[in-house]
Amino acid sequence: MWKFLHKLASPPHFYDLSAKIIPWFVVPGTILIIYGTIAGLFYAPPDYQQGDAFRIIYVHVPAAYLSMLAYTLMAVSAGIGLIWRIKLSHAVAAAAAPLGAWFTFLALITGSIWGRPMWGTWWEWGDPRLTSELIMLFLYFGYMALRAAIDDTTKADKASAVLALVGAVNIPIIHFSVEWWSSLHQGATIVRADGPAMPTEMLFPLLAMILGFSLVFGALLLGRVRSEVLFRERRSRWVKNVVLASGEQG
Amino acid sequence: MTSREDTMPGLWQGFMAVIRRDLLLAWKRPGDILNPLFFFAMVCTLFPLAVGPSSEQLSISGPGIVWVAALLATLLSLNSLFLSDFEDGSLDQLILSPQPLPLLALGKTVAHWLSAGLPLVLVSPLVAVTFQMPGRTVGVMMLTLTFGTISLSLLGAIGAALTVGLHRGTALLSLLILPLAMPVLIFGARTVALAAANDAVSAGIYFLSAYCILALTLAPFATAAALKISNE
Amino acid sequence: MMEALAMGGYGGYVWSSFGLTLIVVIICVVQVKRRHQQVFSDIKTRLRAMETDQ
Repeated sequence: MWKFLHKLASPPHFYDLSAKIIPWFVVPGTILIIYGTIAGLFYAPPDYQQGDAFRIIYVHVPAAYLSMLAYTLMAVSAGIGLIWRIKLSHAVAAAAAPLGAWFTFLALITGSIWGRPMWGTWWEWGDPRLTSELIMLFLYFGYMALRAAIDDTTKADKASAVLALVGAVNIPIIHFSVEWWSSLHQGATIVRADGPAMPTEMLFPLLAMILGFSLVFGALLLGRVRSEVLFRERRSRWVKNVVLASGEQG
Repeated sequence: MTSREDTMPGLWQGFMAVIRRDLLLAWKRPGDILNPLFFFAMVCTLFPLAVGPSSEQLSISGPGIVWVAALLATLLSLNSLFLSDFEDGSLDQLILSPQPLPLLALGKTVAHWLSAGLPLVLVSPLVAVTFQMPGRTVGVMMLTLTFGTISLSLLGAIGAALTVGLHRGTALLSLLILPLAMPVLIFGARTVALAAANDAVSAGIYFLSAYCILALTLAPFATAAALKISNE
Repeated sequence: MMEALAMGGYGGYVWSSFGLTLIVVIICVVQVKRRHQQVFSDIKTRLRAMETDQ
């Protein structure tokens, strides 16, 4: 088991293996998203309160879910990299941040579009989830800015790992404080059609979308880690062989 | 001849020595203490000028304004926390010293709070008076600011340690620390606002004190780790 | 058919969210591919420079 993990964490092996794995993420992920989109847009019944506007849930919830998942992944792999000094996990953390930021941005935009017909405004400060997402986006920006400011890769890895861990400790506190803050504000009552009471024709497309987007996210992450690994190991022999073997197609 | 154990200062002595040294340095350069205070007063002046002199409006937004100004003033003073030590090499001495680095980092943070946070808390009633804040609210505000500025010093020390020695560190420091500081701002400002509305304030004060204790236990270790990384 | 696309008056909101999602995913894919090509070409240039040095 340990031997297997050790082999997996070695950059050349990861580089070969990930090329074989990526299609196994992309193909089922795309199929699930296509199914979820068609079923969610045309076959799921309209919500009894929100009508057809609830269908935004099929892109908003996966994006919000991935924004959290990416941060968790980033903090965990940064921590592993810091403690056990595994280079590959620093590369994973570096690759997860921009993807997480994109999905956070997507969750904010779709949440705002959803809010327009529901609240009558593009932005409602009373909604704790949107506000937390916004702070999340700032956390991603801070992480990426720190990485970009440090030239030395090893130093950037370690410094940004400390920041990611401090952020991970703070995220539950931020969520809690934003909930408390919006609960003081009695004006806005937000109706949302999530929860276990959802009928299955609505729920299955949502689950398909969450799973599909997670698979696509996994493929994108692996793709980014591959370039990251190549760049970091650019002086090593195996990278030279990989580049030379690729011939003209690279 | 004395043995090594006799000459080596204890934990407490090392901690106190760091505080004493930083306070002495701050005392010799009073601008470092006064500039954030002037900044705080000026930001508090900007808001009435920007939103208009209506006293009802200002008494509603007063707590928020004081808190935002305090947050920004603390950030301003944080930038120099480790900078001079980094430049003149005393940071190497701190890292190499036999005392545990988290303890010394805590000492630096305490000195920072004493020279930046505490004066802010003491000056805040002057600003509060101009926002028509009643006496009880001023008391709550000073209490929240006390816990809040301690937390901000601890949190900011991590950011200052991460960005020390980087170009354009000031802007980066704000970018790193502001999102993390939002819970402190939320609970600090909302608790003062609740006090102004004669509501219960214990929830906010409990939260701020809990946050402060959490930061006191964890932040020095993160600061020490960040200092070691930045000084490599 | 048009009725299904109009989404009971919410069509603009629903379609724009799905469209934006598609755009963001495409941007992510393009970024991954471009980065990979960029790293490849950087390394190739370096290797060529090293060969001419020798």
